[in-house]
Amino acid sequence: MRYRLLLPQVSMSSRYLPSRWDMLAALLVLGFIVLFASTSQILLEPLAKLEITPISLSPWALPEYAIRTSLRMLIALCASLTFTFTYATWAAKSPRAGSLLIPLLDILQSVPILGFISITVVFFLSLAPGKVFGAELAAVFAIFTSQAWNMAFSFYQSLRTVPEELSEAGKLFGLNAWARFWRIDVPFGMPSLIWNMMMSMSGGWFFVVAAEAISVGHTTVSLPGIGSYIAAAIAARDMHAIGYAILTMLIVILIYDQLLFRPLVAWADRFRFDQEDAEDRPESWALTMFRRSNLIGALSVPLVRFIRWSYRLSPPARLGKRSRQRAEGPLGNILWYSIVVLLGLLAFWETARFVGPISLSDIFRVLGLGLVTLIRVSVLIAVASAIWTPVGVIVGMRPRLARIVQPVAQFLAAFPANLLFPVAVSVIVLFRLNPDIWLSPLMVLGTQWYILFNVIAGASLLPRELRDASTNFGVKGWLWWRKVALPSIFPFYVTGAITASGGSWNAAIVAEVASWGNRTLHAHGLGAYIAGATAAGDFHRIVLGIAVMSFLVTIVNRAFWRPMYQYAERKYRLG
Amino acid sequence: MDTNALLHVDKIARSFPRPGGSELVVLDDVNLTLQDGEIVGLLGRSGSGKSTLLRIISGLSPATRGQVSYLGQTVEGPANGIAMVFQSFALFPWLTVLENVQLGLEALGLPQKEIRERSLKAIDLIGLDGYESAYPRELSGGMRQRVGFARALVVHPNILLMDEPFSALDVLTAENLRTDFLELWHEGKLPIRGVILVTHNIEEAVLMCDRVLLFSTNPGRIMSEIRIDLRQPRDRQDPAFMAMVDRLYAEMTAKRLEAAQRPGRFGAGIGTPLAPVSTSLISGLIEAVAATPYEGKADLPDLTADLQLEVDELFPVAEALQMLRLAELEGGDIKLTHMGKLFAEKDTNGRKEIFSRALVTHVALAAHIRRILDERGSHKAPKSRFLDELEDYMTADAAEETLRAVTGWGRFAELFAYDDETEMFSLENPQ
Repeated sequence: MRYRLLLPQVSMSSRYLPSRWDMLAALLVLGFIVLFASTSQILLEPLAKLEITPISLSPWALPEYAIRTSLRMLIALCASLTFTFTYATWAAKSPRAGSLLIPLLDILQSVPILGFISITVVFFLSLAPGKVFGAELAAVFAIFTSQAWNMAFSFYQSLRTVPEELSEAGKLFGLNAWARFWRIDVPFGMPSLIWNMMMSMSGGWFFVVAAEAISVGHTTVSLPGIGSYIAAAIAARDMHAIGYAILTMLIVILIYDQLLFRPLVAWADRFRFDQEDAEDRPESWALTMFRRSNLIGALSVPLVRFIRWSYRLSPPARLGKRSRQRAEGPLGNILWYSIVVLLGLLAFWETARFVGPISLSDIFRVLGLGLVTLIRVSVLIAVASAIWTPVGVIVGMRPRLARIVQPVAQFLAAFPANLLFPVAVSVIVLFRLNPDIWLSPLMVLGTQWYILFNVIAGASLLPRELRDASTNFGVKGWLWWRKVALPSIFPFYVTGAITASGGSWNAAIVAEVASWGNRTLHAHGLGAYIAGATAAGDFHRIVLGIAVMSFLVTIVNRAFWRPMYQYAERKYRLG
Repeated sequence: MDTNALLHVDKIARSFPRPGGSELVVLDDVNLTLQDGEIVGLLGRSGSGKSTLLRIISGLSPATRGQVSYLGQTVEGPANGIAMVFQSFALFPWLTVLENVQLGLEALGLPQKEIRERSLKAIDLIGLDGYESAYPRELSGGMRQRVGFARALVVHPNILLMDEPFSALDVLTAENLRTDFLELWHEGKLPIRGVILVTHNIEEAVLMCDRVLLFSTNPGRIMSEIRIDLRQPRDRQDPAFMAMVDRLYAEMTAKRLEAAQRPGRFGAGIGTPLAPVSTSLISGLIEAVAATPYEGKADLPDLTADLQLEVDELFPVAEALQMLRLAELEGGDIKLTHMGKLFAEKDTNGRKEIFSRALVTHVALAAHIRRILDERGSHKAPKSRFLDELEDYMTADAAEETLRAVTGWGRFAELFAYDDETEMFSLENPQ
């Protein structure tokens, strides 16, 4: 399948300095986190022991665990979709809401997802005391946060770029708002939404695996699933079990790729607005099979009828009277702004109260740890770039090779790297290696593939005539790399590197503290700090860690990646 | 072999192996000689292998058989002194005009000062002085192609190869560039010794070339060589010019007529490759020829000029008409048959009827599809079944194109239906 350019998940506006909306959004997110944390702190003690069936390490239990893990993923996907359709639509249709909602999404994307789990799991557990249902909710919520923000962004952007002629056609035919949403807005945004959905889901396996076995303070939660299977295997030092789990995960991802990812992307192709009959239309044998099957056709008939009936529920738009665009009147504005300011003040007060016990020296220490992790991530991304960029260029320029390697790289990017951590950790323990150095590569293990497959995509898109021109004029060696190959893949590289960098920060939380049996390895860094605070149930430190990490990620994005992306788009975009 | 020749192409052939053992022949037994001081044109339709030949000459692609010798040496890879100008300009978007022009010299490893001087002179020569620090995205198509010329000229090549250099430009800009180029060439200001120009525009070939080699399609062979002895600067309104254009049209259509009337070598004739031509083009061309001033018979050069068509656009439609026996091509003219004249007069339903009858009688593949659908109980057949059958006679891509062509025609004639999602042919109308 031809790779289509993945839209980067951060809104690439060209402002570099934060606006007041960004500040407000940051404050609100912080307040939200503090709220959860303080509630969790209160609720932590009274929670009774949870009734949990122990995790079996037998390989025959794996299919069931695999199904449960996939089910959690799908439920989170549905939740994300609902969130996307409501949040993004609200932000797109109402400019004043949008001015807050979008910076909010931006900040939320920088918050480490595993950090979210730490503060929400107790809250969710308290919703259903004594039952595991709360833990399921927490896991699903964690997966939700890994998908919802990208999808909301992508849908928001397509809502804002619906071509005039389509909306005008809708108005002319008297479609009401509900019908317009489902017949114009959603189909138009489908291709990019589905692509982002699938990419998020690919990245989500990592968090599913991490979210299934969490301990916060004295509360340990192990939901039946591959993640907790792995956790149990680590505790029991069972290498065979780890092997089985990796094998199962490979099969699960393969099934999901062939039966969900590719058919959905191929199906979304019919919504492409550019009407060209491209030769490289994505194909999927599963989709062709579904389309030809009579059973599926029969099942979809009642669904289609129901949807058509729903269009008639709302009153049709009144033709003949130009519907006055309900301008957001001054009264509405005052109401909106006062609510927002109130929320901001509340967040500020909550945060100030919560922050009390934290001293300034604490903050500096955490910042220091953050810088250590920052250096680690930067060095690793640089090393991964240096290795995989040339490989990607060489592969991308040979179509037959690219056709094989690129899906493999995409597959590797989806595979949750945390399943491989125990193998690495056991080796480090065996050879008594320095964890500070040797735990670090784990952070890019899963994310380096984003760089590879993006660069392959970029290299394969280099027009043949440009390649011919460089051959014809004898451009070779270092001159060729400098003036032809590297510039051509630059925008693609930046997209891949941004994703890789974001993923590595998340991975830091599970990579800087890794255990094998009863040996636990610690590397110095912010990830270890957050992991340690979670294990101890110390919510003040958890919030501090999360806040510092989000702050660092946001700064790196704004000060480094975003300008780089702008520059790449401006100068290196082909055509 | 003339040892004074700049370039000598000797029995060049290029073919690709097909799965199944046979070969797809793109070029067959091509011979050509380029002398000092001449512009040779390679004229033919797309797919006639002329661009492939250019790439073989420039060393970008290898030949399967035969050899190219340049200044007495065999060409085995990109050679010093052969520079190319591309159809889509092929400028690097991240380099300025000056940097683009300098690229070839940097690859030669010349000293920086000389590189800069020569580049500035080349930019001045082609008239882009002042644009040195502009990026390609800031330039119009014509200016970009000038940069392409500067880049090729600055390395002082002996041979300049041009691959449809003006076809991506609008008519005015293209004409402007052509005349500028010819002026510089005839004043001896260009540092080159010979030019090979690939084009599908007959007027352009007559305007620019000293010799024109006509290519046939499938496989690409040189049909004939025509010397153009008109004096420069050539005038499009000159009767000798127009006669030469007419002659070229006649040559190109005559050979095609011969090929089309060759008795089918492939079984039931379903193995004839077809090019997708929309039925609105077919209707449109018939209407145009039927109307005044042609009244059913049109001179091809006049028609193309009138309808602003390129050879690549006109010939597929004309050939489709010929295949369906709605028109005939003879000499440099197109003449509507009796059926064609009827087609022009009828309304939509009448036209569909005529078209349907013509399709079933003269296009074997359409009749074949209809017959298979009739025979089957479910009246359905998957696309892959026909594709596999066609791939016995041609490449996968050609099979895909041929099936696409027949699908479009079959739908217009309401001979059968096709559902793109399930990729099935059927006799049903969609629900």
